[in-house]
Amino acid sequence: MGAEHQITAGFMPLFDSAVLVAAGELGFAAREGIDLTLHRETSWANIRDRIAIGHFHLAHMLGPMPLACNLGLTPLASETIVPFSLGLGGNCVTISNAVWTGMAAHGAQPDLDPARAGAALGAFIRERAVAGREPLRFAVVHPHSGHNYELRYWLAACGIDPDREIEIVIVPPPFMADALATGRIDGYCVGEPWNSASVAAGTGHIVTVKAQIWRNSPEKVIGVRKAWAEQNPEALAALLRALHHSARWCQDPANHAELAAVMAQPGFLGLPPAVQMPILTGRLQLGGGAERTIDDFFLPFDKAANFPWKSHALWFYTQMVRWGHVAHTPENLAIARDCYRPDLYRSALKPLGVALPGANSKVEGALKVATAVGATGAGLVLGPDGFFDGQTFDPDEIDAYIARQKSARAET
Amino acid sequence: MVRSSLAVLVIDENRIRASIIEAGLREAGHERVTVIHDVTGIARRIAEIEPDVIVIDLENPNRDMLENMFQLSRAVKRPIAMFVDRSDLASIEAAVDAGVSAYVVDGLRQERVKPILDMAVSRFNAFSRMARELEEARSELENRKVIDRAKGILMKSRGLSEEAAYTLLRKTAMNQNRKISDIAQSLVTTAGLLGPAEDE
Repeated sequence: MGAEHQITAGFMPLFDSAVLVAAGELGFAAREGIDLTLHRETSWANIRDRIAIGHFHLAHMLGPMPLACNLGLTPLASETIVPFSLGLGGNCVTISNAVWTGMAAHGAQPDLDPARAGAALGAFIRERAVAGREPLRFAVVHPHSGHNYELRYWLAACGIDPDREIEIVIVPPPFMADALATGRIDGYCVGEPWNSASVAAGTGHIVTVKAQIWRNSPEKVIGVRKAWAEQNPEALAALLRALHHSARWCQDPANHAELAAVMAQPGFLGLPPAVQMPILTGRLQLGGGAERTIDDFFLPFDKAANFPWKSHALWFYTQMVRWGHVAHTPENLAIARDCYRPDLYRSALKPLGVALPGANSKVEGALKVATAVGATGAGLVLGPDGFFDGQTFDPDEIDAYIARQKSARAET
Repeated sequence: MVRSSLAVLVIDENRIRASIIEAGLREAGHERVTVIHDVTGIARRIAEIEPDVIVIDLENPNRDMLENMFQLSRAVKRPIAMFVDRSDLASIEAAVDAGVSAYVVDGLRQERVKPILDMAVSRFNAFSRMARELEEARSELENRKVIDRAKGILMKSRGLSEEAAYTLLRKTAMNQNRKISDIAQSLVTTAGLLGPAEDE
């Protein structure tokens, strides 16, 4: 009776593990002949360690984390590849009531507009600096995370130097709201429901969201131990098909109640279904009674959300360079280029006859409207994928992109 | 001892386990041992203690925060990195299995750290074993209590002797291929729903 493939995977109790969890819990993995064992972990460091010593074949990971492993930025690294992305978007920036009051005095509106919010935050930060007050302290979940890089991108594009004008610390997601309420931090960037948690408690305001800083941008991925992937190509391909079916199911609004019930179990996210609704519907309470529905707030499947674009990995790499996490060298660039594996995604899904992007990379931020793209199979729509500051990232012009960001910083 | 002794910091939310580690370190001759259960204000404490070695339990959700702080915080004078002996994968695995990890200040020699990690691993394992045995004893006691209550219900409602009540429970469990305690629990729950027979 035994399944054809035994796969052990780690995950963190965050909503964006849903596609992996649903694959195991709702039979998508079993239908592909996989016995999928899921292990809930308490830190990204634990996931990294357990991948390195072979306890896990693969895991739910922060998008830049496999790059950090391969670039030697972590103590217990093993070569990790990314053949599947777990979704686009899902994060917000939340600040304390005191900071909101300060920003509102400088023109902030409860509309999530990154440029307006950033300008108001910048003015408030400079006002505090003149008054000789301590820099504001923001928290993210991990240095090598989409959260850290999008928070920094947003701040820098609004003329705030994230290294000199504020402090950035690390706080685990479930502790964010508490740290904000007790004044240990002044703001944070994290996935849902940990933003809505502060709004519901009356201790914070959501000022902007990932989906507006960079629409349709990468977040969590499936990181696979490369040695295992090479030895078990069939098991990996079967898993990618299972994840594909699971992701399609997760995207369908008709299944959201059932998905929320699965995630609510103590072994997974362990939070009531009601608090999972904002991420599923994109309808957020911002604080002070304001409410907004955000287009493409979190996409587990649509807009080719599962395709591991090399341009996503390379954008993370440029930000690692930008903030001094790694040196820009031809060797490092080659490592970053080889980490995400659209070839594995494509070959695993080809038998399903589904729409697949024809390219491995795209110019990020180039699509101003939703666009049907030339792809194998039918009906693939991408974008809009704009950065809020109107910039684009062309993965063929990496040196120029890095140089442009460096000189912009030198001027401030 | 010509060498100055190492300052060791143990970060563990589990107080009992932390004290077991601390005792082990002291027995091994380490006198400068500090135990912290709560990571609030940890940067300041590290600046005060200036530890050479930090032992952390892997269940601690603050591990990502700690790793980042060890490298970057102004309070940390020398960078602190995870202790990884790449030539000894088995010992890395043993530490992860046991649920413990050691971080050391930059430049500290491997042979001075290894015995500390080994000791922590064996004490963590001993603690897990103890906790497991305690849990088993506790659930055994719980089972016995619920079986006693189920017997009481049967004796009262069906006029059985204690022995006959137990035999009936055992026979039912065997027939249904379930544990006696499960059958007893079902009976107690059902009796509670049908009430008022049982007094809580």
